[in-house]
Amino acid sequence: MNALAAFAAGLVFGIGLLLSGMADPGKVKGFLDLAGAWDPSLAFVMGGAILVGFFAFRVAGRRAQSLLGGAMQLPTRRDIDLRLVAGSAVFGVGWGLSGFCPGPALVSLGSGQDKAVVFVLAMLAGMLVHAAAERYGVFKQAP
Amino acid sequence: MIDWAHFTPGASLLGGLLIGAAAAMLVLLSGRIAGVSGIVGGLLAPARGDVAWRIAFVAGLLVAPAVWRLFAPAIEARFDTGFGTLVVAGVLVGIGTSYGSGCTSGHGVCGISRLSPRSLVATAVFMLTGFATVFVVRHVLGSQ
Repeated sequence: MNALAAFAAGLVFGIGLLLSGMADPGKVKGFLDLAGAWDPSLAFVMGGAILVGFFAFRVAGRRAQSLLGGAMQLPTRRDIDLRLVAGSAVFGVGWGLSGFCPGPALVSLGSGQDKAVVFVLAMLAGMLVHAAAERYGVFKQAP
Repeated sequence: MIDWAHFTPGASLLGGLLIGAAAAMLVLLSGRIAGVSGIVGGLLAPARGDVAWRIAFVAGLLVAPAVWRLFAPAIEARFDTGFGTLVVAGVLVGIGTSYGSGCTSGHGVCGISRLSPRSLVATAVFMLTGFATVFVVRHVLGSQ
């Protein structure tokens, strides 16, 4: 049941990305281009998503269990650390260079875009680099 | 200056509401955060009993364009980034979202909806570096 719910959520998420314009990297770049011909549309995407999400997460936060019976697994960390800030900064550079973030890249992969294939493979490689660096303690955090 | 030719407030708002509805479905039904980088990242180091829902969510994203085309013509999209740049960008997005524990969906949609201080900071930072990157590429280096 959880897999079915996740599939439906992924499908609705993907349709939302397509309808909103997020699955068009050119449009994403147009939103990030404040100094050029700026396309503010994507602010409406975030606004709409957060409007629904705000109420959904308020309900979710009051429950110990999900509707299908599993545990409610919400993040609990509140600390702002270097990893969060530096990682997000690096992500933003990649996002700005390509107009792709992970969700829209997967949707474009699903529509058979060769550029999305290349991007997703590189993204997976980046995630594996992180996993390996963590395993060998490359960027050790101060205690 | 606003690019009125590409401005789509109605479709973007509606799409955003759907994205929010999808995040609501996943958290209320399954108790999970709809953060795409986290869902994919969890598949690279699979844990017992924690795989099927991730694959199912990704499958939903992948089939979305085919389902869309059953009802409407394909969306026009501009894929104008070169392959070399895409490789660099993909690696940066992979590394950055792993260290930053999230992307536009996990932090930008779910985290801000939860009023998480970490997600507010993360979203501000990646928007800022995203703006800065496009500024440098288009207006300093003068490429597309």
